[in-house]
This record gives sequence, C-alpha cells and structure tokens, in this order.
Amino acid sequence: MSYVSIRDLHKYYGTYHALRGINLDIGKGEVVCVIGPSGSGKSTLIRCINRLEDFDSKSEIRVDGTPVVPGRALAKVRAEVGMVFQGFNLFPHLSVRDNVMLAPRRVRGTSRADAAKLADQLLARVGIAEQADKYPQHLSGGQQQRVAIARALAMEPQVLLFDEPTSALDPEMVGEVLDVMKSLAGTGVTMIVVTHEMGFAAQVADRVIFMDGGEVIETGTPQQVLEHPTESRTRNFLGAVLNH
Amino acid sequence: MDFFDTFLNMAVLRRSLPMLLDGLWLTLQLGAASIIAGLALGLVVALLGLYAVKPVRLLMRLYIDIFRSIPLLVLLIVIYYALPFLGLRLSSFASAMTALTLVSGAYTAEIFRAGIEAIPHGQFEAAEALGLNQRQTMFDVILPQAVRIVIPPLTNNSINVIKDTALASVVAMPDLLKQATQAQALTANPSPLIGAALIYIAFLWPLVLFVSYLERRYHGGRRA
Ligand SMILES: Nc1ncnc2c1ncn2[C@@H]1O[C@H](COP(=O)(O)OP(=O)(O)O)[C@@H](O)[C@H]1O
Ligand SMILES: [Mg+2]
Repeated sequence: MSYVSIRDLHKYYGTYHALRGINLDIGKGEVVCVIGPSGSGKSTLIRCINRLEDFDSKSEIRVDGTPVVPGRALAKVRAEVGMVFQGFNLFPHLSVRDNVMLAPRRVRGTSRADAAKLADQLLARVGIAEQADKYPQHLSGGQQQRVAIARALAMEPQVLLFDEPTSALDPEMVGEVLDVMKSLAGTGVTMIVVTHEMGFAAQVADRVIFMDGGEVIETGTPQQVLEHPTESRTRNFLGAVLNH
Repeated sequence: MDFFDTFLNMAVLRRSLPMLLDGLWLTLQLGAASIIAGLALGLVVALLGLYAVKPVRLLMRLYIDIFRSIPLLVLLIVIYYALPFLGLRLSSFASAMTALTLVSGAYTAEIFRAGIEAIPHGQFEAAEALGLNQRQTMFDVILPQAVRIVIPPLTNNSINVIKDTALASVVAMPDLLKQATQAQALTANPSPLIGAALIYIAFLWPLVLFVSYLERRYHGGRRA
C-alpha cells in the first residue's frame, strides 16, 4: 500500500517545464533518498508533496489517500507532513522551545504545558535539551538543523521531507544531523530525503531515486542505483560526485 | 525694546500657560487618536494590499497613492468645508482626526508592507509546512518579526502626525497652536507663540532621539 502516491506530476515555472511526468509510490515507513544534479527538480518534487509549490491540475499527489489540493484537505496533509529545509528556517523571534511548541499549540490546540513537555522530550531526542531557552541565532548550524527536525517532529508527522538538510552546514556538523536522521529511519515515519550524502543514502535508504532534467531516470535499492547503475546519466553523475 | 520682554515675557507666559496647556491636551488627544487609528487602518490596508483578491489589492494601492499625494491641509479643508455640502458635517476635531488618520494610514500601510516583504520567504514556508493557516502565519511568525523592522519608520510617522496636528488650527480647533495665537492676540505679545514652539520641541525631541537610537541599534543588530 503506498502512503505517498504521485501520478504524472508536471510542474511549470512559467513556460519552463521543471517536472516532466513523475510517477512514484512510497510505502509507509519507507526511507527514500532523491539524488541528482543541481537543477534536476529534486526540491521542486518534494515541495509539491506538501504543496509549497502548486502543480499542474491534471497531476495527482495523494498522502495517505488524501489528495493534495488547496483547501481543507491541504491543512490535514500539512499537519501530517513535516519538512526540514536546507536553510533551517527557524523562527528567530522565538526561543528554541517556543519554535518547537508553536505548531502543536496553534494547529493541534495542545495546552502550553503539554506542548512544553513535548518540546523538551523532542529536544532531548535530538540531543540539545540544554539549549531550549536560547534563541536559534545563538546555536551552531548543526544545532539549528536539529531544532528544525524537532520542530517538524512536534506535529508527529507520518511523512518527513528533507531538502538537502546538511548542504548549508560546515563539514564537521554534517555528522550530528545525519545521526539524528538515521535514528528516525525505521521508526515508522516515511522519509523522503534530497541529499548529496551518498554514504547516508547507501546506509539508510530503502530506495534511491536518481533524477535529471525533471524526470526520474533510475530507481532501485542503494546497491542497484549507487553501485550498479544501468543508465549512463546516473553513472556520469555518480562519477562526478564520487571523484569530487 | 528688550528681547526677553518681547519674546520670552515670563509674566505673559505665566498668564497664557493655562490656555497653552488646554491646547496641548487637545493636540495630544488628536495626535494619539490619529496615530492609533492610522496604525490599525495601515495594517489592514497593508494586509489587503498584499493578500486580498486582485481588485481589492488595486483599490488599496489606489488609496495609498492618493493619500500620499494629497496635501494634508487640502484634505482637511475639503473634509471640513466641502463635505457639509453633501450633508456630512464633522466637528473640527473629527475632521482633523479623519484627515490625519487617512494620510497616516497610507504611510503606515507602506511601512507595514515593506516590513512584511523584508521577512525571508523561508519563514512563510516553514510556517505553512507546519500546518499554520494564513492568519496564524501572519500573527505568530511574520508580524512579530516585521514589528522590529517597522518601529523606527512608524515612530517617524508618529512624529509627523503630531506635527501635523497643528494644521487643525485652520479649522478652528483650539489646539496648542490655536491657543497660542489667541493668547498672543489677547496679550499683544508673541511670547505664547514661542512658548508653544518650545512645548512642541519638548515633546518631539525625545521621539526624534528615540528614532535615531532605534535606527542605530537596528543597523548594529544587523551587522552582528
Ligand atoms: N521559483 C522558481 N522560478 C523559476 N524557476 C525555478 C524556480 N524554482 C526552481 N526553478 C527551476 O526549476 C528547475 C528545478 O529546480 P530545483 O527543483 O530547485 O532543482 P534541484 O533541487 O534539483 O537543484 C531549475 O532549473 C530551477 O532553475
Ligand atoms: Mg534543491
């Protein structure tokens, strides 16, 4: 049973055809890594899943059976789909704890005390319980991204979307964020991760998807796609990334 | 003719002080009421101008452009002397407050719009992705950040509103300036005018310093 289903997804930016008919079925709890060259449409694809980007009306995306269309249904989908951005996008006017508490309080109507308890649990889970009273700008990049993950987890999402979560980090901080993500894999949450971290993909992904030019070129297990790619475009990309 | 006897005649000032204070009280009431009403109007106009359907957005744009173009004195005189021909007769206070609010609202709307547009797009996206609706996104995430940006220009605008209250004296409102000119006529001495000028300065100078302080701190904060 697919949890996220994408049917013939087309996306235009003006006249530019950014996604050219994507079909994907992602199962509950599955971890999918999306790789591909810059500009291939990876971000656009995952941003369509929670409809941060509008897409062609003939295309269809469903999350847990609910079509991702504007209106009441979209609120339900967004409450179930968490997102972690490359640039963290934490709320700078709120403390770390308040960042995590905001959505449960406002969207779920959780009481202040319960939301605070939940926030502290999640911050402990991502290893930054002692930073709860600080403001995001006083944390390192790695810590900020872990707060962003805790903030997304606070809505108890069924699906987590990651858009290059470690690309804006100094190299020494990449590991701590990937470790948190690894700890989430296999807990039942469906993860769709756009990443250039091939080691992470190889180790954690159930499936790797290679995109180029707005299309899915190749999909399979990490071994299949990363070690024995059948498409020349995949081989060229991997060659360029690994010789980097 | 002694300078102090003419321009800073203490006896005259003391005699006209009650009149000046009455005027000051009215000036402050008019200023405060217009500033608050202008802020509310400006916020609504800014939000409609950014997020309403196209015709409403255009209407807001039109409002902003018109009321930033019209001289306040002209607007005030139209409201006070021309509207009665349409059967709408406003008191001098209501006329002045309407004119000041309409103009202040236009400037305030521009200030709020710029403040909201200065917030990085990622903040809207993060709020939306969490499931916050538009109103929550605005009031919990965007406006609290925009407020920091808009406080210096809003304070500046408030200074302008308070200064512009003096125009109300042309529609016979007994504000600070009007009281000063009347006291001058009564005493045949210009000291009350000087007194009024000093009172304006005493009230507005701290606000001017406050704006400079905020602007310095804001730019300092950005650098850090
Ligand atoms: N807001 C936008 N407006 C116009 N073109 C865009 C916009 N966002 C992305 N694109 C274009 O769509 C293509 C795919 O972008 P993106 O999904 O960001 O690629 P990736 O994440 O794989 O690097 C690129 O060619 C990019 O220039
Ligand atoms: Mg991208």
